[in-house]
Amino acid sequence: MAPKEPIVGAPALRYEGEAKVLGRAKYIDDLHFPQMIHGATVRSKFPRGRITAIRYGEGVPWDEFTIVTWRDIPGENTIVHLLKDHPCLVEEIVNHPEEPIVLLAHPDKALLRKAVDAVTIEYEPLPAVFTIEESEAPDAPVIWNSEAGDSPNVFKTYLMEKGNVDDVWASADYIIEGEYSTGAQEQLYIENNGVIAEYTEESVTVWGSMQCPYYLHHALQLAFALPEEKCRVIQVETGGAFGGKEDYPSVIGCHAALLAMKSGRPVKMVYDRLEDMAATTKRHPSRTRHRTAVSKDGRLLGGEIEFAIDGGAYVTLSPVVLSRGTIHAAGPYNWPNLRIRAKAVATNCPPHGAFRGFGAPQSIFGLERHMDLIAKTVGITPEELRRRNFLQPGGSTATGQLIKDPIDLNGMLTRALEESGYHAKRAEFTKTNPTSPIKRGIGFATFMHGAGFTGSGERRLNSLVAIEIDDEGSPEILVSSTEFGQGTNTILCQVAAQTLHIPYKNVRIAQPDTHRVPNSGPTVASRTAMIVGKLVEDASHNLLTCMRASGLLEETYTPEQFCHAALAYKQKHGELRATARYQAPGDIFWDDDKYRGDAYPAYAWAVYVAEVEVDTRTYMAEVKNFWALQEVGKVLNPVLAKGQVEGGVAQGIGYAIYEKCVWKDGVMANNQMTNYIMPTSADLPPIHVLFEEVPSIHGPFGAKGIGELPMDGPAPAILNAIEEATGVCFNHCPLLPEDIFDKLANPTSISADSSQLQPAVAGPVFSGTTS
Amino acid sequence: MRSDVRDYTLTAPGSLNAVLSALAANPRLTPVAGGTELMVALGVGRLGPHELISLHRLKELRFIEEHSGILTLGAGTTFTDIRRNATIAREFPLLVQTAAWTGSIANQNRGTLGGNIANASPAADSPPALLVYDATIELVSANGRRTLPYGEFHLGYKKTVLLPGELIYAVRLPCRFAKHRQYVRKVGTRNAQAISKIALAATALMDGATVREIRLAGASLVDRPARLHATEAVVLGKAITPELRTLAAAALASEIKPIDDIRSTAKYRMAVACNLLDEFLLSL
Repeated sequence: MAPKEPIVGAPALRYEGEAKVLGRAKYIDDLHFPQMIHGATVRSKFPRGRITAIRYGEGVPWDEFTIVTWRDIPGENTIVHLLKDHPCLVEEIVNHPEEPIVLLAHPDKALLRKAVDAVTIEYEPLPAVFTIEESEAPDAPVIWNSEAGDSPNVFKTYLMEKGNVDDVWASADYIIEGEYSTGAQEQLYIENNGVIAEYTEESVTVWGSMQCPYYLHHALQLAFALPEEKCRVIQVETGGAFGGKEDYPSVIGCHAALLAMKSGRPVKMVYDRLEDMAATTKRHPSRTRHRTAVSKDGRLLGGEIEFAIDGGAYVTLSPVVLSRGTIHAAGPYNWPNLRIRAKAVATNCPPHGAFRGFGAPQSIFGLERHMDLIAKTVGITPEELRRRNFLQPGGSTATGQLIKDPIDLNGMLTRALEESGYHAKRAEFTKTNPTSPIKRGIGFATFMHGAGFTGSGERRLNSLVAIEIDDEGSPEILVSSTEFGQGTNTILCQVAAQTLHIPYKNVRIAQPDTHRVPNSGPTVASRTAMIVGKLVEDASHNLLTCMRASGLLEETYTPEQFCHAALAYKQKHGELRATARYQAPGDIFWDDDKYRGDAYPAYAWAVYVAEVEVDTRTYMAEVKNFWALQEVGKVLNPVLAKGQVEGGVAQGIGYAIYEKCVWKDGVMANNQMTNYIMPTSADLPPIHVLFEEVPSIHGPFGAKGIGELPMDGPAPAILNAIEEATGVCFNHCPLLPEDIFDKLANPTSISADSSQLQPAVAGPVFSGTTS
Repeated sequence: MRSDVRDYTLTAPGSLNAVLSALAANPRLTPVAGGTELMVALGVGRLGPHELISLHRLKELRFIEEHSGILTLGAGTTFTDIRRNATIAREFPLLVQTAAWTGSIANQNRGTLGGNIANASPAADSPPALLVYDATIELVSANGRRTLPYGEFHLGYKKTVLLPGELIYAVRLPCRFAKHRQYVRKVGTRNAQAISKIALAATALMDGATVREIRLAGASLVDRPARLHATEAVVLGKAITPELRTLAAAALASEIKPIDDIRSTAKYRMAVACNLLDEFLLSL
């Protein structure tokens, strides 16, 4: 019979935890192949220009080196993502600093470093742009142009409309405008990007630290002009990713493979922290402009939102980051009328890419700061404003998606505010702040995050998973979904164990190897628990059906009987394998042209509350306490889920008030952990993680996505709390002490900003920051 | 690792005398104590000196002793040694605090007080505490020893009085601050493992409402660890009044020269330095 205790929902031990704790887990730099040599990259030191000469300096035994340029690429010179504009190696025009131009390999790593420094590249400079504003300026140089783009320097635009917003302005009691912006953020996984490549008998194999083996598999086919069976990608133990190993492994993977092909030996490429921070992707910087029509009782009548992100020099994933940011820009609110214009622009920075949240943290930051401005303007509390505008079951989102799940945002807000002592603290801080040099404040953000690929994305992915019985009669899950610290291995094994009615420890999961595992899609977009988990559940059912149909397994059985039946089946038929392929739910529709319909099969909902202190002597803000309440469907593993939320909140606190990428002409100037300041445990508050569980029909046992959600809420909640504490409004993150100083110590700059005006002063029609 | 270690030589003679002889014979040798600063430069490929001589584990330099009211710390005293010493905790709490702020636990186990002083960073954590405790510093070379007030040791940005072949031998602190009001505050980029944006250390002896003695020193306020003599002069012998606090802030603003860099801005540093001074004066 089935195990008495449920496996799903219990804190099953992390599948690969023991190997990690005991140091047995092998990461890419732990692997050594016979004859293996090392690879390195010669990069541009220049934002934009035409290469006029490449010189190999003296004092280096160049004949010992393998040297690869774009001319050595057997297939297309491209790193394929959505388009093919991103070259594998520069041919003539450099479009950003740190762009790869020449690859070198040598057995001696230290000598390799000297050789990289000995290559000089001469350029004829071309004009460059580095920010959204510079890229969109009327007289901006055209740095990117393609038939696929919407206009010069623009990778992608979206227009999303609901109702008719043009009609609301005349009847609005208040019209409130605001502009909000966010900076780049480095993923800062513990393990830098790294791969080993081997090229033998016209086939290429790459082992590496990565999220999406099939992305690199696709990139290799194009760069090497090889059929898919001649390309093989194997994920090894991966030390963190956060989106930073979604698309970038395609770059470093192709590079190492080119060196392996030319040298005839296995080639290892592992970046050091300086190179990883300077050259690989980061979160897109963004700008959100809001113009909102509100009634005098605080109802949103309509809004216009302009959302722009800086994509860097090539398209890479920017259109899909923009898409998620656009859809999440409206938040969990009821908008009768709305127009969102969104664009991703080109700049001469290294391409920005995937990072936990994928566009949503940017637009949610803008909206949740703006909601507090609206509340202040109308003269109601931030809480009351949200209560009057929350989406309700039966309502529809900004894309027109009907809310079918029984969500209760009012109830969640009530719980989060109670757990955090919000009202009592607000009253206390109002009393104590005037006489204290330390100003305390409490603020919150309410938001949602869609699970799975946007719109018709899951249909196109067409994911497949398999379960196979191994020689000991244990089921082994075959998926391309990867473990990089978030718990994929564990939750998928839990789902299979519970469905198959066998103990958790009896289930195995295969190392992701494109020669062995089917394509269950990339490990991104908060999709693994819900989409892949559901497929594992389906495949488990299919396996049982198959075993029962053969007459080898009774309706009820012990784990031993399962094992015997499985082995008996295998002996008789040679193998026992069941699969499950994604099938779009019948009631999910999406219109890619109009950007209307069911954007995601399910959403996670959350209320995050931050308590802060701002010291008026040092202008430093610190988060002193944090409450994270979320509804994520069934919690598959409470320990891992809590860890996901705590980690996401910590990363969000970094995003809000610590982590600033300092740019100098497209170059990250602080590409060291000494000067790129991520918060330490001494900077982080207690994080209270609270769950509500409303099972979703789309995920296994009712689970939804959880991975990205915790990144969305901290930054606006913290900046809302800082405004509560100081009475001054800040609309950019990261917000550093120097920024707080600039406004607090310089009152004239505050009064010039109309967002500081009180409603009584502003009059009934309130127009904030103008263009 | 961006350096090729084969390009470097490291000798470890094992005794202070042998080190001093080697330094006298070869002025190009760069002494290395804990190596916490040097290893960072080596890792990123920016370590200039190629001939290194190790002071690590030289017993002659690693000691803490008290004689007739003077506490002497050998230059090889680690920050962990400082944090664990009961006399220092009692007599010089600011030094314990600044040692605890220095780098990580691993850095504190390796890094030495002498190395930190010789590295001469204007942002270093411990020098302001040493300055407000009126430290003297003893230097040693093959030619002998000399002692001078620590306040005269730093000559400019990363410039010190150390001559070729000369090492820091010890730092001496007079045990006479028990009755002083003591203050130190570091404003770093975060609460741990951070380099100072600015820091201010202070000791003052009060006589009723009057400031009888005062010493102020800061980090990252000028190009070197330095006392703030002009500000001290304004406060000395006076009672703390709102007018005096304004004058003190003005004096401080006139004598410090903070800079814009990757960690902060000059105007922020200026404002925060004045705020910290005011916080200290208000506490007197």
